[in-house]
Amino acid sequence: MKTVRLSIIGFGAVGQGVARAILSKKEMLTGQGIDLCVVGISDSKGSEINVRGIDLKSALERKKQKGTVATGNESALDIIGNVEHEIVVEATPTNIKNGEPGFSNMSAAFNSGKHVVTSNKGPLALCFSQLKEAAEDNGVFFRYEATVGGAVPIFNLIHESLAGNRVIGIEGILNGTTNYILTRMAEERLPYDLVLKEAQELGIAETDPTYDVEGVDSACKLVIIANSVFGEAASYRDVDVTGITKITPEALELASRNNYVVKLICEAGNGTLTVAPRLVPKKHPLAVGGTMNVASILTDLAGKITISGKGAGSIETASSILSDIMYIVRNS
Amino acid sequence: MIVSMTLELKDIPGQLVIALAPISELHGNIMSVVHQHEEKTPRGTIPVQITFEIDQNFLDELIERLEKSGVGVARVGEERLRSSVSVVLIGHIIHSDIGDTIDRIDKTGFAEVVDLSLSMPAIEKTSSAYLVINAEGEKELKNALEILREVAAKKDLLMIEPIRLNSEAA
Ligand SMILES: NC(=O)c1ccc[n+]([C@@H]2O[C@H](COP(=O)([O-])OP(=O)(O)OC[C@H]3O[C@@H](n4cnc5c(N)ncnc54)[C@H](OP(=O)(O)O)[C@@H]3O)[C@@H](O)[C@H]2O)c1
Repeated sequence: MKTVRLSIIGFGAVGQGVARAILSKKEMLTGQGIDLCVVGISDSKGSEINVRGIDLKSALERKKQKGTVATGNESALDIIGNVEHEIVVEATPTNIKNGEPGFSNMSAAFNSGKHVVTSNKGPLALCFSQLKEAAEDNGVFFRYEATVGGAVPIFNLIHESLAGNRVIGIEGILNGTTNYILTRMAEERLPYDLVLKEAQELGIAETDPTYDVEGVDSACKLVIIANSVFGEAASYRDVDVTGITKITPEALELASRNNYVVKLICEAGNGTLTVAPRLVPKKHPLAVGGTMNVASILTDLAGKITISGKGAGSIETASSILSDIMYIVRNS
Repeated sequence: MIVSMTLELKDIPGQLVIALAPISELHGNIMSVVHQHEEKTPRGTIPVQITFEIDQNFLDELIERLEKSGVGVARVGEERLRSSVSVVLIGHIIHSDIGDTIDRIDKTGFAEVVDLSLSMPAIEKTSSAYLVINAEGEKELKNALEILREVAAKKDLLMIEPIRLNSEAA
């Protein structure tokens, strides 16, 4: 049995999803000779630490009852720096102003020789190459499948399954909130404001929806793709961004009558990065509805490959994180 | 030259093959075939629109061969504008003088706005338009789109173009 110790930094939707996934997959993992042992969990109020392994069930229960997992007031950086373990799962909130607290957490992990698995876009959108170098310098893995497309394995597909191909371009829908809004506006002929309100009530859109509807979230994901796939040292400023706030139900109706849907499309290729609403033929593989995400990858050998799936959700995102953890366990 | 023809086929199996064969025989390059099974002419024949590229010198010969094989040639036209793109505009389209916007494209001589639908919910509200631009070729189409982008930016219109990587248009 190979025991791998990890910490979960950030215990919200994603962090808890990871804990639930590890719990529910215990048997499967044991079958593969893997024992995932969580030695530290942090949220904004403090931490629980147990070097022999945290009881995830009671940690989840305590979070639910008390609103925090903390049993002590150690910080995330205390766990990363002082508790022995191999993998840091970083799932704190995305901050695209300065990347914190994710950036410091990831840097501390690398500097203490720990692998990082993350769903946090902020630090990657701001300083991808810096983080990648820090990982390389310390000889550890840096995995971030969950940062783009939620459950959809875009990076694994490109870096593993399509290894050897040159990626010519990538086009897709990488934001479930805007996809939901545009889909509902088109289906119900409702104005933007009304559908946004509905999405907020359903918890699909945030109280402050700016990042999603102005295309900022999509642009961050595109920046991560540009860095990871195209090796471009791109940052947010390099993306030409147009959001969906000006779109009218009449425009969607006109498009529909001519067999098109309108989607907020991320596009990378030819050295340009664009986020903009675009016309997609109704029967095209990119024309997915609801909160779905989709990516179409154009390669020199394999031609075009399109994958779609859930772009968000606690357990769905945990799927990508678990797969990154398994990758590290198998390759280290 | 690029030619578009409307042919009339008898309503029995195998007619489309008979109609297309002489085009290939005369080294024509078929670009599109639109076959409308449901739509019959009053004569009981089925209209088919085909577009193909062919040496101008072979055109008369082609029409002769088609008619000899029992295929009616209802219309022959030269297709000058072969590339096409759809675009949606959102904003104060009428205020911003849609006529002028269309003029800018048509004046190029290599591209035309061939279709336009407008939707205006109320005065003072933003309106939406769907337009189709045809151009002589892909390069000309790109130029036309560039003009439209400039106009849209200047007039503060949101311009929604088709996906690029995944489609042949633009
Ligand atoms: N939700 C999704 O479907 C999804 C999908 C893909 C990627 N992501 C990304 O994954 C990350 C986590 O998302 P989420 O939905 O789980 O967010 P969330 O529910 O808001 O959870 C964030 C967690 O981080 C904790 N936290 C905040 N500041 C901290 C600090 N300084 N130290 C330690 N913990 C801290 C919060 O503590 P409290 O609990 O005490 O507030 C909370 O537990 C974000 O970067 C998000 O963009 C989310």
